[in-house]
Formats: sequence, C-alpha cells, structure tokens
Amino acid sequence: MIRLEQVSKVYKTSTRPALENVSVQVDKGEFVFLIGASGSGKSTFLRLLLREEVPSKGRVYVANFDLTRMARRRVPRLRQSIGCVFQDFRLLANKTVAENVAFALEVIGKPRHTIRKVVPEVLELVGLEGKAGRMPHELSGGEQQRVAIARAFVNRPLMLLADEPTGNLDPDTSQDIMLLLERINRTGTTVLMATHDHSIVDSMRRRVVELDLGRVVRDDARGVYGVGR
Amino acid sequence: MRASFVFSEVVTGLRRNITMTIAMIITTAISLALLGGGLLVVRMIDKTKTLYQDKVEVSVFLTNDISASDSGCVNDPCKGLQAALRADPAVEEVAYENRQASFERFKRIFEAQPELVKLTRPESLPASFRVRLKDPDRPEVITQAYSGKPGVDNVVDQSEFLDRFFNALNGFRNMTFAIALFMAVAALLLISNTVQLSAFTRRTEVGIMRLVGATRWYTQLPFLLEAMVTGLIGALLAIGLLVLLKMSFLDDVLADPIKANVVRSVDGIDILLVSPWLMLVALGISAVTGYVTLRLYVRT
Repeated sequence: MIRLEQVSKVYKTSTRPALENVSVQVDKGEFVFLIGASGSGKSTFLRLLLREEVPSKGRVYVANFDLTRMARRRVPRLRQSIGCVFQDFRLLANKTVAENVAFALEVIGKPRHTIRKVVPEVLELVGLEGKAGRMPHELSGGEQQRVAIARAFVNRPLMLLADEPTGNLDPDTSQDIMLLLERINRTGTTVLMATHDHSIVDSMRRRVVELDLGRVVRDDARGVYGVGR
Repeated sequence: MRASFVFSEVVTGLRRNITMTIAMIITTAISLALLGGGLLVVRMIDKTKTLYQDKVEVSVFLTNDISASDSGCVNDPCKGLQAALRADPAVEEVAYENRQASFERFKRIFEAQPELVKLTRPESLPASFRVRLKDPDRPEVITQAYSGKPGVDNVVDQSEFLDRFFNALNGFRNMTFAIALFMAVAALLLISNTVQLSAFTRRTEVGIMRLVGATRWYTQLPFLLEAMVTGLIGALLAIGLLVLLKMSFLDDVLADPIKANVVRSVDGIDILLVSPWLMLVALGISAVTGYVTLRLYVRT
C-alpha cells in the first residue's frame, strides 16, 4: 500500500535533511503508528504520501502510484484514494455536519443521489446519527473529530492518514476516536497515524515506526511508545 | 463538474467580498465606458467622413475685378481658367459661381444670423470656381497648379478644414482611449487583488478541496468565474452608461450639427455594435487576469 525506498528529503531552506534514507513498507489493511519528537520528520513523511512534496532522493509508492514520476494532473486521483484527519479538525464553520461531509464528495464531482445516500451512512458509522444538521461550533471536540473522520472516510479511501488526531482531545474522548479508527481499519482501510500520545500507542499494541532526526530508528510489529523514556 | 456547486461558490464569493466586488465593477464599468466612447467616436468619424467624401471641393477664388466685371465667365482670363480646369485630368466637375450666386449661398448658410447677412454686400464676396476632384485625397494638384495664375486670388482646399475637424475628433478619441487604458490598469489590479482576497478568505475550503482530491478546475473555476461575472456586470453597466450619455447629453449637444448634416449622429445601432466588443474585452481581461493571478499567487 505504501512503500518508501531510501527516501531523503531536503528542504531548500534547511541544511539538515528532514528525512534521510528512509525505507518503510506498509501493507494493505495495516494499522501503523508513526511516532517521534517534533521535527523528527513525521509531517514530511505524511506530506510525501499526499504528494504535497516530492522526495529529493529515493522513490515513494502509494496504492500502485509512483509518486516520484506522477504528473501533476494525476495528483487529485491519488488524493481521492487517501483520507486525511488532522489535530485541528479543519471543518468548514459555515456548513452543517452533513454539508461538511458532503462537501468532500461535491468537489470531486460525485452525483447528488450518491451523496444523499452515503452521507447518512457514514455519519451513522462514526456515531453522529441525529446530528447531521448541527453546526461544527455546536459540537464537542470529539464530535468534531468524528465529523472530520466521516469526511475523510466517506469516499471509502484505501488509506487513512491521521496527523495527531487526538492531540486536542481528552484521554476518554481520545479512546473513543481510537476505537473509531480501529473500526475503520477493520473494514480493510490502511491507517497511518502520527502521534505523540504515549498511552494510546501503548494500549493499542500495533506496529510502531519511530523517526528521529529524519531517520527510522525503530520499526516494531507490536510496539509501545518508548521503553524507559 | 457540478454546475450548481460551482455556481453557489461564485455567489458566496461575490457576496463575501462585496465592497471589493463593487469597486471592481465600478472601475471596470468606467474603463469600458471610456473605451466604448472612443469606439463610438471612431464610428462617428467614419460615418461623417463618408458624408463629406463626395462633397469635398477645392475653391478657386477669382480676383476682385473679374468678380465685378465677368459675371457670366465669358471673357479671359476667366474663360481660359474654366477651360483649363475642365481639361484637367484630376478634375471631376467644375462649376462657376459668380458674385450673386455666392451671396445667395452665404445667405443660406448664415440664415440663423440675419445681422451678419444684413451687414454683408454681394460686392464683398468673390466669384469662384468650385472644383470637385476625381481623387478627393489629393487636392494639392489643383492648389499648386492654379495658385498665382492670372485672375486667381487664392485657392482654398476645403479638406484642410475637414482635416482640422477630424483631428479634433481623433484627439478626443485618443484621449478617451488613454484614460480608458489607465482605468483598465486600475481595474486589472483590482481584479487581481479581489481574486487573491477571495482565495485567501476561502483558503480552508480550498485546502480541504485539494486534500480530498478535487481537480484544479474545481478549486479554481469559482474564482475565475467570480472575476468574469464582475467583469460582465461592469460591461453591462458601461453599455448602460453609454446609452444614458447618448440620450441625455450627446443627442442634445449635437442636435444642430446633425440637422445641418455637418456630423452624423451616434445611433442606438452603433452602441449595439460596440457592446459585444466591450463584453468580450471585459470577459477576456478578467479571465486572463484571474488565471494569471491564480497561477502566480495561489498554490494548487
């Protein structure tokens, strides 16, 4: 599903590479935590997968796309097969819950009858049935993140990228969000989650890839956040 | 492409930046109205020129003694001059106008100013040959050949006056074009600014659109259409301004010269013919400006 082959990324404004000789493979249906301190290269890793950046060296493959050789006009197709969730939810404040989710389908030209059918389905999946008409500011943080997840998942992507999705949430709510991500993972969707949250990583016991100063320093099949740290 | 989606985005965008939108419409309208005004002057000049095309004459005025003595042009040097002009290959037609005929014409031209007519005697007007040329653009063949000949007082080329008249119109046209150009620069910068502002206020939407894999058309078309819609509204306003200007001002000011067949009027059909060009210019400029702005300033 994801394959990085000896990938290095150097930003023009920096002398130190953001990623250095990184090789990682993630298979379809895996659940992977990407951990590391700030500046370790997690964000660059995710940006490469979305082709917001191209690597300075090496190759990046996502869902059979060779991102290093991909033409710009084909990038939208790639992104349609990836769902994204962020720490700050990124909902549109002037649209309702349902409209926020529908927006993701409208802008890729899905027909209206499809949208009318799948939006309630996905809202039910994330546990927001009955809140379709609410505005984002009327919801709790956890509910807002559920909307964001619904929006990321509504087009049934092959892969879900989550960048610190629990960073703004309390531990209990975070647990709920993790259960939701697990449920999505069980539908066969690959989930890659960048996080700082020790307790979540430790309790889930999933694969852990740790970055430090742009290098992969650990790749455990059933890891914890950090022993003795 | 979902038209309803793009359309609603355009409407939202225009309403969100309403002050900028209005500024954009006004500058575009004024700029286009000036351009249209210039184009109308061009049309007026063309039409007026055809009005004079077959009427341009060269007048060969005769000396005072011939004017006084030879009212029928039966003696030399008048007779000789007439024969020479008739034989001239550049001449289409020659008419002799004696003192009395000249006075009649004078009375007709200045019938609105009876005091002037009362003060003028036939004796103060010279007799003349009124010469129509085969090629109205080359009056110098006659002016050069007949100036200074015996019996000739002076030779006056009417087209000189016409040239001066048309030069004045051309100057007016150039001025409107120049001001239109300055206003167009202002309109251009405003369009560019509005597109940037619009893209900035909607950066969250655009960011999400990019993430979920919307194509560039979907993310950028609303901005482009916004610019084009304002451009088009500006053009319609400009056309309205031109019609208003014609009805409330031009028709009054030019009423007398038009009646006297001195100039041709600006008709509704002229404005109708100029209008599509104004709309095309508005759409073209706003589309190109919007597109270039998006390419330069807005990440895709």
